[in-house]
Formats: sequence, C-alpha cells, structure tokens
Amino acid sequence: MKTPIYLDYAATTPVDKNVVKVMLKYLTKNGNFGNAASRSHKFGWVAEEAVDIAREQISDLIKSDPKEIIFTSGATESINLAIKGIMKFYKNKGNHIITSATEHKAVLDTCRYLENEKCKVTYLIPKKNGIINIKDIIKNIKKNTILISIMHVNNETGIIQNIDKISKICNKKNIFFHVDATQSVGKIKINLKKTKIDLMSFSSHKIYGPKGIGALFIRKKPRIRISPQIHGGGHERGMRSGTLPVHQIVGMGEAFKIAKKNINKENLMLNKLRNLLWNKIKNIEEIYLNSDLKNTSPHILNVSFNYIEGESIIMALKDLAISSGSACTSSSLEPSYVLKAMGIKTELAHSSIRFSFGRFTKKKEIKYAIKIIHESVKKLRQLSPLWEMFKKGIDVEKINWKK
Amino acid sequence: MSYSKEVIDHYENPRNVGSFSTKKKNVGTSLVGAPACGDVMKLQIKVNKHGVIEDACFKTYGCGSAIASSSLMTEWIKGKTLDQAKKIKNTKIVKKLNLPPVKIHCSILAEEAIKNAILDYNKKQKK
Repeated sequence: MKTPIYLDYAATTPVDKNVVKVMLKYLTKNGNFGNAASRSHKFGWVAEEAVDIAREQISDLIKSDPKEIIFTSGATESINLAIKGIMKFYKNKGNHIITSATEHKAVLDTCRYLENEKCKVTYLIPKKNGIINIKDIIKNIKKNTILISIMHVNNETGIIQNIDKISKICNKKNIFFHVDATQSVGKIKINLKKTKIDLMSFSSHKIYGPKGIGALFIRKKPRIRISPQIHGGGHERGMRSGTLPVHQIVGMGEAFKIAKKNINKENLMLNKLRNLLWNKIKNIEEIYLNSDLKNTSPHILNVSFNYIEGESIIMALKDLAISSGSACTSSSLEPSYVLKAMGIKTELAHSSIRFSFGRFTKKKEIKYAIKIIHESVKKLRQLSPLWEMFKKGIDVEKINWKK
Repeated sequence: MSYSKEVIDHYENPRNVGSFSTKKKNVGTSLVGAPACGDVMKLQIKVNKHGVIEDACFKTYGCGSAIASSSLMTEWIKGKTLDQAKKIKNTKIVKKLNLPPVKIHCSILAEEAIKNAILDYNKKQKK
C-alpha cells in the first residue's frame, strides 16, 4: 500500500487514464489541434465537432440540451458568470440575492463584491443539520429579489440541499435559481429536465477530468440572459469569450461520460467505504459527526474529535492526505465558517477533519486509516490538557478562558 | 503547512509530557490560551529550595507548533533558576523552531505559560 493515502477527493481528483488518452489526441501536430472557432478549414471543423461531442456528454449526465452548456475556466468562473451575469443583465428588475452562509467562497465572495455594487444580499443560516429551511427562503423573498443561489452538495460536510423544492419556489415567485453543483455532479443524479433550475455551475477536476475547465448551464426555455464577464471574440454565443481549450473540453466531456456510466456503482461503493470508516471510528469517545449520513453525498465524511485540534490530527495522520474543516492549514487560523454557521461550537469546529473518497479508494486503505486514526487520537489526547480536564470531570466550557 | 524538522521532531517525540500534582507547594502551574482559539497550554514547574527548576512538564491542545513550542520550553527551563527562565523570549523559540509567521502566536503562548507558572509558584510560596 502506497502512502500517503489520498482521502481528499473533495479537493480534487486524479484525472482518469481514459480521459488523458482522449485529451492527448487534441494537442499536437499529429492530432486535432485546431481552433474550434476556425470555420474555414478542416482543423477547425474537427475541433468544433469535438467540442460539440463534449457538450453532449456533459448534457447527457445532467439531462440538459447541449446548447445550454457554456464552457468556463472552472466552477469559480462559472459561479461568477452566473451571479454577476444575472445581477447585471436584470438590474432594472431588482438587486436582491438570497444565498446561504454555508456556500463556497466563490459564491460568498462574489456576493460580497456585488454588495459593493449596490446589491443587497441575504445570507441564510442553515438548520443544525446543515439544511436550509425552505420557510426561511420564502420569508426572505422581497419584491426586488431576482436571484437565489444555493449549492447542491456542501464541499466540507457533504450535506445535500433540497434543490428540487427550492426550484419550485423560485419558479412560482419568478426568481432566477442558480445552483453550485461542483461537489454533486457525477455523485448524485441531476435531471434538469425535471428540476427547473435556471443556472448550474460545474467543474471538471472534481470528477476525474482535468483542472482549468468547467461549465455553466444556462436554461434556454424560458431563455435566461446574462451579461458576459469576459469580452472578446464572442465565443460561446457571446457569453464567454476566449479560444476554447479543446483538449480540456474533450477531457471534461469524457470524464462526464465515464461518470454517467459509473454513477450508480460508484455511489454504492462510496457509501460502503464511508460507512466502513464511520462505523469503525464512531465508538471513539467524544467524536462528533458533522455530516448527516442520511442526507450527505457518500464521498464526504466530516467529523470532529473533541479536545484535540484539527491541524495536529492532520500532522499525526501524515499517512493520510486529508484536510481540516478548520482553515488551519491555510494562512488563516479561523475554524470552518461552514461548521460555525451550522451552530457547531468553535472548539469542535477547530477539531474537525474532512475525509473524502473516490473512484480509486481501496477498502484496505480505509482499514489502515481506521487503525491510525485510533492510534493518533489516543496519542494526542494523552497530550491534551482539555482531555485531562474532561476525564477529571472538569467542565471545560465553564472555565473563564482569557481570549 | 510545511514545518521545520525541529517542529516535527518535537511534535512526534514531545519531551516532558505529563502532569504534577497542583497541590504540592513546590509546583507552579499555568494554563494559557483558550479552546475557542484553538490553543491551550498547561505548563508546570517543580522548583527546588535553591530556586532552580528541577523538573517541568506540559500538556498542549493545539497545532503542531503549539505542541513543539511548549515541548521545547520544558527542555529549556529545566535546570534554570526562576529568574533565568523568566527571561526566555518567544523570539528565541521562533528562531529555534523556525516557526512560520502565522504561528508566532504559539511561541508567545509558551512564553506566557512559563511566566504564569512562575507567578503561580511565587504566589504559593507567599501563602
């Protein structure tokens, strides 16, 4: 078994070998390297055709029309394009957005930016289980609300939002609905024929495709209009200019095609691996589950080990490539804003770890992970003054800590 | 975060982990930091009649640098007089462990911990 074992699939995934094979055909002189915008010769036609096939492969997975897919550099750009694009195009209709406090920074920072541009934003706080209360959405809709943006699957906890219900409200109230589906596509079935979502953002590298490519679904009927954010040659029907990276697009298409073929099988496998891990660690004293297993994408498990700190767990589990719910590993020392918004105590947010699994995770790797989690938690608790106090029956919360 | 060899060594082989009885008159105890901030250090010293720290121990809740800072502190103060120990600056810890700027806070906490342990010891002696 090779270490470190990669258990950070929610951050990114390795590119599938079959995806690489397809991509290689669109790079060199011997391959189809043409510019998809060149209409005057075969090189361009072949490239355009390859892009069209990829658009179909992507649409196949989410049940949309290929013409509803716009390529971007990734989910972040896709989210920016959706939110800013709607707010700018429809600015005469209103300036209010509803989103949630547990969204990805790509949504939150875009909304913050728009607040400087005279937009008003309501950030909904989820229920304790991480789900946005539908009543809260209804309550916060105003006359000038033009957009609701809610993610499908949360990247830290894996919690699934009821986008079906939210879409019905949006349709009824004539509000545009944008969904960040970065973590859900390929893991949870999406049917845009059935669920009336107006805009949906995707990324390729979360489902075994290359980095640097993503897409935005923009509904055609009724036609949704957006203001472009990048201006140039009018590519992607004027909504996103820039020469199409054909090799990345065919890679994304292939990745979506493979995901469609494997979605049921992989879902079952991920469920098994996630449950195996949880069932074998859940008896650790003072462990807290931050993902509701009945309503969480099976590729993510977020737990808190009380009285030990996230970064030190990550250091102890050096044979596992994992990430902390707390942003301790980044330049900020703040614990996870997602967990805090769910009402989880700061201390537990500091102690949280996200394990995420994928196509190449093996059962024996999970078994090894279980073993070293037990050992590391034990070792770190022997080192923890808070654990010592807890064991002596001292209520850590009642101590007057100087902050 | 990528740490120096020194931090990793102290983290993997922490020196002087443990607890002394707080009831003993020759023991000074400090508890600094806060769980909500992500760091809590407990540092204890055992002082002999000549005012020399003859033993020290710690327990730390926190990141790798917090654990390393407190572990290193216990090593440094052993055999020192209270006055000498009081003079240990956090910058010395930063240098020795090669702490990244965002983790300087951990060294400050270790300095605070030793000062508070000495304060606690002195308070006990006056009683």
